[in-house]
Amino acid sequence: MSQRELSLDDIEALAVGAWVLGTGGGGNPYLPLLNMRALYRDGHRVRLMDAADLADDDWVGTVANMGAPLVGQERLTDSLTLARAVKLMERHIGHRFAALMSMEIGGANGVRPFMAAAHLDLPVLDSDTMGRAYPEAQMTSVSVGGLAPYPLTAVDVRGFESIVHKVPTWKWTERVARKICVEYGSVAATCQPPRTAAEVKQWGIHGTTTKAIAIGQAVREAQRRHEDPVAAILSVEPGKLLFRGKVVDVARRATEGFLRGILKLDGLDDCRGSAMTINFQNEWIVSFRDGQPLAMTPDLICVLDSVSGEAVGSETIRYGQRVTVIALPPPAVFLSPRGLDTVGPRAFGYDIDFRSVFDS
Amino acid sequence: MRRIGIDVGGTNTDAVLIEEGKVVRAVKAPTSEDVTTGILDALKSLGSTGVLGGKRIDGVMIGTTHFINAVVQRRHLTRVAALRLGMPASASLPPFCDWPEDLAELVRGGVWMVEGGHEYDGRPFMPLDEAAVTKAAQEMKAKGLKSVAISSIFSPLDNSHEKRAAELVAAVIPDAIITCSSDLGRIGLLERENAGLLNAALADLSRDTIAAFEKSIADSGIAAPLFITQNDGTVAEAHQARRLPVYSFASGATNSMRGAAYLSGLADAMVVDVGGTTTDVGQLKLGFPREANSVVKVGGVRTLFRMPDLLSIGLGGGSHVSLDPLKVGPVSVGYRLLKDAVAFGGKQLTTTDVAIASGRLPIGDKAKVAHLDAATCQKVFAEAARLAEEAIDRMKTEAGDVPLIAVGGGAFLIPDKLPGVSKVIHVEHGDCANAVGAAIAQVSGECDQIFRDMTRTEALAAAQGIANDRAVAAGADRATLSTIESEDMPLAYLPGNSVRVRVRVVGDVAAT
Repeated sequence: MSQRELSLDDIEALAVGAWVLGTGGGGNPYLPLLNMRALYRDGHRVRLMDAADLADDDWVGTVANMGAPLVGQERLTDSLTLARAVKLMERHIGHRFAALMSMEIGGANGVRPFMAAAHLDLPVLDSDTMGRAYPEAQMTSVSVGGLAPYPLTAVDVRGFESIVHKVPTWKWTERVARKICVEYGSVAATCQPPRTAAEVKQWGIHGTTTKAIAIGQAVREAQRRHEDPVAAILSVEPGKLLFRGKVVDVARRATEGFLRGILKLDGLDDCRGSAMTINFQNEWIVSFRDGQPLAMTPDLICVLDSVSGEAVGSETIRYGQRVTVIALPPPAVFLSPRGLDTVGPRAFGYDIDFRSVFDS
Repeated sequence: MRRIGIDVGGTNTDAVLIEEGKVVRAVKAPTSEDVTTGILDALKSLGSTGVLGGKRIDGVMIGTTHFINAVVQRRHLTRVAALRLGMPASASLPPFCDWPEDLAELVRGGVWMVEGGHEYDGRPFMPLDEAAVTKAAQEMKAKGLKSVAISSIFSPLDNSHEKRAAELVAAVIPDAIITCSSDLGRIGLLERENAGLLNAALADLSRDTIAAFEKSIADSGIAAPLFITQNDGTVAEAHQARRLPVYSFASGATNSMRGAAYLSGLADAMVVDVGGTTTDVGQLKLGFPREANSVVKVGGVRTLFRMPDLLSIGLGGGSHVSLDPLKVGPVSVGYRLLKDAVAFGGKQLTTTDVAIASGRLPIGDKAKVAHLDAATCQKVFAEAARLAEEAIDRMKTEAGDVPLIAVGGGAFLIPDKLPGVSKVIHVEHGDCANAVGAAIAQVSGECDQIFRDMTRTEALAAAQGIANDRAVAAGADRATLSTIESEDMPLAYLPGNSVRVRVRVVGDVAAT
C-alpha cells in the first residue's frame, strides 16, 4: 500500500490550488492552512494515498466543515473538533476507518481532512466527491451514485455531538444537518456518511488532491519567477482561458441561506469591448459572454486575480479588481443525465441545456 | 475657523494654515530624526510669516507615519499580554499564530485563552470565565506586562465580555493600558485581534509621541487642541488617538487625497499623488478615498484596517532615469534629490532633471542638464505618463472618462491629457495637499454589524444610529453628521435574513 508523505510546501500549494478549485465558494483555505502549519511545527505529518490501494471492505471517513463562512472567521476552524467528528462516526458504525477523504476539494474543505488525519494518524485518499466546491450536500458524486445518505455526525467545539441517524435522501441530509449546524452557531465539524473503499473506488472523483497541489505549485512557482500565473495553471491543467477583464459590478442577495448574485466584467487586453457576466450561488454557476451562455456548471468556472493568479471568492470580489476567468473540465460523473440533474444548470434554476465549453 | 494642518513625511514636514476655508500659508521644513524638532521648525516658520498674529487657532491636526514605521522597522515596541475570550473555540490558532516570527518575538509577552465570547446572533457562546481572567491578570502582573490586548469571539456584535475582562484586569494591574479588539471594529477574529495586538505594542510609543507633539505645539506658543489624523481621512482628539494609534497608520496617503478633493472642489475624481519616490493612485468618492475592503498587511501582520485603496508605483520626482534603453524608476534618489540629481551638481539623472531641462520646473541649474534635447525629454515624459496611465486605469472602476487631480511634489510628471481621463487638474498648494487634508479633517463614526429579522431599511437605520453615536463620542458635532458609506451584505448560510451592514458617517469637529 503506497502512501506519500506530504511536505509543508505541498500543503501550502494545496491551499492555493483548492481555492482555485473552489470556483468562487468553499471558503478561503487560509485558516486550515494555518492549522496545518501549526501541526507540522508540532511534528505531525500527513500522508496521501490512492483509493485503489485500499481493500474493498475497508471503511473511509469523509470529512467536512459545514456552516457560514462569516462565522468561520470568528470561530476559527479547529483540527481536534474535526477529529472528534470522525471518532464519533467510528463509534456509531462500529468500524475503524482505514483512511479519510475530502467531501469537496474546492476551498477550505479541501485541506480539512488533513487536519483530522494529523491527529488520527490516518492516510487521506487522493479523491473527493465534488472535484470542486458546491453549495449543497446532495451535489456530490456519491449522491449521483445513489449511495446511502446517512448517517452523518456533527460536532461542536464545546463538546456537543449529534448524529443524523437516518434520512431518505441527500436533500434530507442537507436539511437536517443544516438545522443542527445553525443551532450550534452556524458552524459544525462533520463526518459525512461513511463509505466502503469499494464505493469510493466506483464513485469517488480521483486524483483531485494531486490536481490541487499541482495547480498551487504552478501558481506559486510563477509568482516566484514573476511569470504569468494564469498561463502556469493552463500549462498543468487542460483548461480554457475564457476572459480577461475588470469587475464593474457585483450584485449580491441572500436567498434561502445562499449568497446569490451576478458579477459583471468589462473586457481588457484582447477582450476589450466585450463583456462577461457570471451568475453565482456561492460558487460561479453560469457565465455569459456578451449575453450568450459560455461556460456553465458542472464545468469549473474559476475567477482568478490577474496578477497573483490566486482565486477570488464570490463573497469578497469587489469593484475594480482585475481578473482572469478560466474554465477547467468537469468530473465525468457529473456529465451523465443523473449527474446533470444533480449539478447541471437546471439544478440551480437556470433553464439552459448544459453544453460544455470544452465541446466547442 | 482657523486650523493648522501638519504632515510629517519621510522627507519634509509640511504645515499649512487654513482660515475660513482658504489656504493662507504653506511652509516646508526638513523632517527631523526626533520628528518633534521638524514640527516645531514648521510651526515657527509659519509663525515667523506673521500670519498667526496672536489669533486663536481652533486646532492643530497632525498626520504622522511614526506608528506604522515603528512596526515596519520593529522599533520602540512594547511587550504585550494577549488575552483571548472564546475557549474552547479557535484554540488551535492562538494569538500571534500568523505573525512573522521576528515581530512576534519582540511583542509576545504571553498568551492567555479563557472561556467566553458570543455567537453571530448575540447569544453567549460560553459564559465569561471571570476567575480565569483574574488568574491571567495575576500572571501578567508577575511577568511585569502592562499593555494588554483583549479579544473576544464576535465582540463587534457584543463587546460586554471584553469590557468586563478589561475591568477585571484593571483591578489586578491598575496602571495597565488595555486595548479591546471591539474598539477596532470589524468581523474576522484573527485580523481584529492582530490589530489589537499591534495597537497594544504601540502603547508606550503612542503616549510619548503624542506628549512630544503637544510639547512642540506648546513650545511654539500656539494654544490649540491637538488632533491626530486617521487612516480614513478623519481626525481623533489626542486622548483618543493615544489610545488607538493603529488608526493613524496610513493617514499620509489619505490626507493627500482629502487635500486634493478640498483644493480642487471635486468630491468624485481620481487622484494621483506623485511624491519623490512613489506615485499613489486612488479614487475619491464623496470627498473620501475609496477604502480597501480586503486584508491589509502591516509589517507582515494581517489586519483589517480602514485603509484607502491605493495603488503605489515606483514613479516620482526623484526617480532614476536611464536613456538607453529608456527606463524611468522604480529606484529613486529620495531625500537626496537636492544633492544627487544632475541639475544640483550630482551624478544621477532623475525625472526632476528632465523637467528642469524642458523648462517645466524653474529650479536647479538648467545649464547642467542642457545636454538633454527636447526629443529626449519628450520620450522620458511619455514613459512616465505611460506608467501613470496604466496605474490610473487599473484603479478606475467606471468605464467613462473621469477627472484626475494631480498633487504632490512630482505632479509635473502628469501630462494635461491622458486616455480615460476627462481632464487633468493641477491645483495651487498641490505640493502640500497632505497637510491641507490634515487641516480640513472631520470626525467619523462607523458601524459594522450583523442584523437579523429586520427589513433592510430597518437594519440600515439601526446601523446609522450606532455610527452617529460613535461619531459624536469621538468629538463630532451631531448637527453636521452625514453618511458617506453605507453597504449591506446578505450573509450566506445564516438564518433569519441576516444582513451585515456597514455605515460610516462624518461630521465637523464640535466646538469645545
